[in-house]
Amino acid sequence: MKSLEELRKIREAALKKVEMREGGKDYRVVVGMATCGIAAGARPVLNRLVEETAKKDYNCTVSQTGCIGMCVYEPIVEVYGKDGEHTTYVHVTPDMAAEILEKHIAGGQVIEEYTVAAAAAGNKEV
Amino acid sequence: MMEDLAMHTLEILMNSVHAGAKNIKLEITDSAAKDELLISVLDDGKGMDEETAKKASDPFYTSRTTRKIGMGLAFLRGLAETCGGEFSLSSEPGKGTLVTASVQRSNIDTPPLGDIGEMMMETIQADGDIDYELAYVTDNGRFGFSTKEAKEMLDGVSILEPGVLLWIKEYINEGIKQVKEDIV
Ligand SMILES: Nc1ncnc2c1ncn2[C@@H]1O[C@H](COP(=O)(O)OP(=O)(O)O)[C@@H](O)[C@H]1O
Ligand SMILES: [Mg+2]
Repeated sequence: MKSLEELRKIREAALKKVEMREGGKDYRVVVGMATCGIAAGARPVLNRLVEETAKKDYNCTVSQTGCIGMCVYEPIVEVYGKDGEHTTYVHVTPDMAAEILEKHIAGGQVIEEYTVAAAAAGNKEV
Repeated sequence: MMEDLAMHTLEILMNSVHAGAKNIKLEITDSAAKDELLISVLDDGKGMDEETAKKASDPFYTSRTTRKIGMGLAFLRGLAETCGGEFSLSSEPGKGTLVTASVQRSNIDTPPLGDIGEMMMETIQADGDIDYELAYVTDNGRFGFSTKEAKEMLDGVSILEPGVLLWIKEYINEGIKQVKEDIV
């Protein structure tokens, strides 16, 4: 049976990590959670991001935002790096979200084919 | 798409978040003896005047500009009425809002409760400054969770840490399981 006391352990672990990393997280992962995003399936994407980040201890925060203004591309996940660089992933599924964490957050590699640029280029060909 | 009670409740919680609430109280009373499941959400957000409150559970009303039709309250009202229960909304500008909805547990149209832990994780994640008090009460007992208590334990570490959020989800679902009764 879980008890509230367990939060103390989680707290200690979180503080230790901050020390090791010498400060905050390197990446910010932001999910569009406006009505359009939620209707398109942003909820399971957000939940997967939180769970994977917690379990694999990825170096990022996960947060929600309102409408990103590109409803046709929802669910949208934006990744902000430490130096202000910024990638927009579109039509993200929970599995893609897990892959983004693994390759982009842990591996530092942008997954080009999931980005809005790739989606826009694809649309032009059609 | 069939939505469970947790999804409907999340819509109501998000209304409270958007209304600028600082404290949100959610109570779920799940009684086999009374054949009733009652959900109540009380917030201290900006509230509604009489006119807005009257219209709020009308499916064609929303104060939002990004969407033509309001959904959360109207859907919940419809659900309660379909499932042999009742819906009520009371609100006072500047004070807050209380939404309650009940369903008959044995009604065939009553959807499952759904994932309350996940619902709480998601609403907490929307704004870490809002405090929640959750109570889940059955004929067997009561489970409670308070973000204020959790924040005291965390002592400065953010409740928005993914590890903390995941723990909250699991803690709530385990607590609910302890007191939950199966539908007879
Ligand atoms: N807790 C609340 N506090 C203040 N106003 C609310 C609250 N819940 C609902 N409202 C008002 O009622 C309207 C209808 O709500 P809802 O049915 O959820 O649709 P939507 O959120 O899409 O507008 C909202 O736009 C808002 O003006
Ligand atoms: Mg709403």
